[in-house]
Amino acid sequence: MLRMSFKALALTLGIFAAAPAHAAGEAIPIPDRKFSFDGIFGTYDRASAQRGFQVYKEVCAACHGLRLLSYRNLRDLGLTEAQVAAIASQFEIKDGPNDEGQMFERPGRPADRFRSPFPNDAAARAANNGALPPDLSVMTKARAGGADYLFALLTGYVDPPPGVTVMDGMHYNKYFPGNQIAMGPVLNPDQVEYADGTKATVEQMAHDVSTFLQWAAEPELEQRRALGVKIIIFLTILAGLTYAVKRKIWADVEH
Amino acid sequence: MADTAHAAPDGAPRRDFLKLVTGAFAAVGVGAIAWPFIASLQPAKDTLALASTDVDLAPITEGQAVTVMWRGKPVFVRSRTPKEIEEARAVAVNSLPDPATDQSRVQREQWLVLIGICTHLGCVPTGQRPTDTRGDYGGWFCPCHGSHYDTSGRIRKGPAPRNLDVPQYAFTSDTKIRIG
Amino acid sequence: MSIGLHKSEFSNPVVRWIDQRLPVFTMMQKEYGTFPTPRNFNYFWNFGALAMVTLMIMIATGIFLSMHYAAHTSLAFDSVERIMRDVNAGWLIRYVHMNGASMFFIVVYIHIFRGMYYGSYKAPRELLWMLGVVIFLLMMATAFMGYVLPWGQMSFWGATVITNLFSAFPVVGNYIVELLWGGFSVDNPTLNRFFSLHYLLPFVILGVVFLHVAALHITGSNNPLGIEPKGPQDTLPFHPYYTAKDSVGLVVYFIVFAVLVFFAPNYLGHPDNYIPANPLVTPPHIVPEWYFLPYYAILRAVPDKLGGVLLMFGSILIWFVLPWLDRSPVRSMRFRPLARLFFLLWTVNFLVLLWVGAKPAEGTYVLIAQIATAYYFAYFLVILPLLAKFERPLPLPESISRPVLGGGPLPMGAAAKPMEKA
Repeated sequence: MLRMSFKALALTLGIFAAAPAHAAGEAIPIPDRKFSFDGIFGTYDRASAQRGFQVYKEVCAACHGLRLLSYRNLRDLGLTEAQVAAIASQFEIKDGPNDEGQMFERPGRPADRFRSPFPNDAAARAANNGALPPDLSVMTKARAGGADYLFALLTGYVDPPPGVTVMDGMHYNKYFPGNQIAMGPVLNPDQVEYADGTKATVEQMAHDVSTFLQWAAEPELEQRRALGVKIIIFLTILAGLTYAVKRKIWADVEH
Repeated sequence: MADTAHAAPDGAPRRDFLKLVTGAFAAVGVGAIAWPFIASLQPAKDTLALASTDVDLAPITEGQAVTVMWRGKPVFVRSRTPKEIEEARAVAVNSLPDPATDQSRVQREQWLVLIGICTHLGCVPTGQRPTDTRGDYGGWFCPCHGSHYDTSGRIRKGPAPRNLDVPQYAFTSDTKIRIG
Repeated sequence: MSIGLHKSEFSNPVVRWIDQRLPVFTMMQKEYGTFPTPRNFNYFWNFGALAMVTLMIMIATGIFLSMHYAAHTSLAFDSVERIMRDVNAGWLIRYVHMNGASMFFIVVYIHIFRGMYYGSYKAPRELLWMLGVVIFLLMMATAFMGYVLPWGQMSFWGATVITNLFSAFPVVGNYIVELLWGGFSVDNPTLNRFFSLHYLLPFVILGVVFLHVAALHITGSNNPLGIEPKGPQDTLPFHPYYTAKDSVGLVVYFIVFAVLVFFAPNYLGHPDNYIPANPLVTPPHIVPEWYFLPYYAILRAVPDKLGGVLLMFGSILIWFVLPWLDRSPVRSMRFRPLARLFFLLWTVNFLVLLWVGAKPAEGTYVLIAQIATAYYFAYFLVILPLLAKFERPLPLPESISRPVLGGGPLPMGAAAKPMEKA
């Protein structure tokens, strides 16, 4: 994985010998999952991300918000303007005040932010036994391991090892730091019906929603990498030229 | 490089060419740096997306006007009286500073929708409230530098160069419009 | 030419007209054109120029970021994400700024260690060195306050921990902390003043950099041999020789910078800073940005609160008196076999502190941190003063050009001769 190769590079340079310790808790190492966006030239698998959006919308969105995204952002996933408008209009968005000074609800528009499932954190806690379902907008950037971690978490529900008592209302997950997580195993086989006929296994849904959330957190990723390749090629040529000029200039000096 | 010593006699032109190419490359690089900075000053994607406002026309009685906010600017919506419409259509189009027919400026003749920004230097003309001065032509009057607009929002007198702009809008029902 | 006008050498009439009245062109020509520079610089001498360029990049990107940033606890996090998502090229500007901080510290650390290795702090360059330490302290303050601005969990708790350091001081401690906070905890007033100072301090840095460069151009640069140039045969005009050499380093530097920005923009950051600040929950494992880790390790190596804080501040303040701790007449450690060994060990020790600073403060890590802290200070306070007395330096070359042009070093007698001015 890219991150690992950079770590190796950094270590050899000896500059970042102590590069940031990613808080891992005591959870076991997160397995590397193969995603379309891995590596330097990776891009988002649009079909997978669209399916992931469906999983988010039909499963995750009951508790988790995506407040930094707008419906219009879905255009990036390959949806048409009409599809985005249709999706947005399924949600009732709070607006106002109107001429009578009252807040009112109206169908969503593409420019609206994703509607959060709860009006505020207190309401979210009240509805979830005191646990706060975190907003997922930048989730892959906010967890060590990123999308790998999300996938591992969503597929990491197992029976607790002998001797471990799981607290009331909690669930055992081998990848969650501390292992006891308030979120239950929400993905079940065929929980959603994919329009493209893909079989909705737990693994498939977890993979798709991880791809979707990676895109949600880093929508600029493809553009960033494409630009980066161009700039580095440019700089490499410029470095060669500059070095040649430097050698020419210094050619008549003994040093 | 081993051949640098041999290249000495014609070394000078080659060096100049090399410097020229390197300089050109570097100049392109420095120029490109300006791009992200200038781009960041342009309206952001969310600003561009926030482009529509709904206006309910039902409560606006004949002769009345309301001002709504659209893209941070006032939009004038006026329910014109038949007399005002008639005045707007009676004038000879060619005699106007910025010739335009009234028909070209409205979708339904009763409803005049305008961006309420004087085309001179950006003040908001008066004329929305019944007590406001409406200028010599019964439309709007800009108090900043004395521009007079008629009942079609066209400039008739004063320093403003253009008629009041008509925003993009559409009737979503008989009593509702969406601006933008 | 009338009295009162500068005597300009330029032939271009416009340039000449300006130069006669405000001799900026003459000054540039003198300081960056014909400026006599030792001919034997290695690539470590690039890093001053790299630091200067990085400062410019940080100021430029910072100004444009501030046009979109909202310094309010309820808006800061979202405004940064808006820059990433909606502002045109906003992600690029922000990632350059964010990683630019790390690049700045890498460059400046190399610049500082180069100065330590080649004895650039020694007479007559003591003030030049001290101004450099001032720049470094200002950089640390600026970087710390900048890290607070995105208002993530690490921002908030980093700010809380660092400002609480001042509570260690007896009597006035708590007063100072409330003064920093503008309240009873890190909150909106804190964020606002940090933003204000984060915008201001880089320009203060720019001012001190100007003094740093001005001082440099009085004494002239040190060089890898640590001996002063004896005449024109030892120097080259800055342009085109070092402008060309600096350009090579600069482009290579940009490649490294670009790899970080475009392919691993969050590698040096901490994931917790993408969680909005929450004053009710401390992250399980809080660490400062990597460039502060050595000092963080020193802080935690001491079991006493005030002691740890004093030692931490002392670890940088001690650099101010380095010119007087190291009294050896030989500058470059090329000619100081023992000092070289101890310095390289000190550098490794610094990296050990950096590494251990990221580890939890428990068990063996504390012991490692304590040993490394002891060596950090022993190097300055014990080893360098003793070496100045007892070390036998290698013979110094007669001049910069002599070994370069094939002459051998002088016989042993000249070795301990104190350095003389050219």
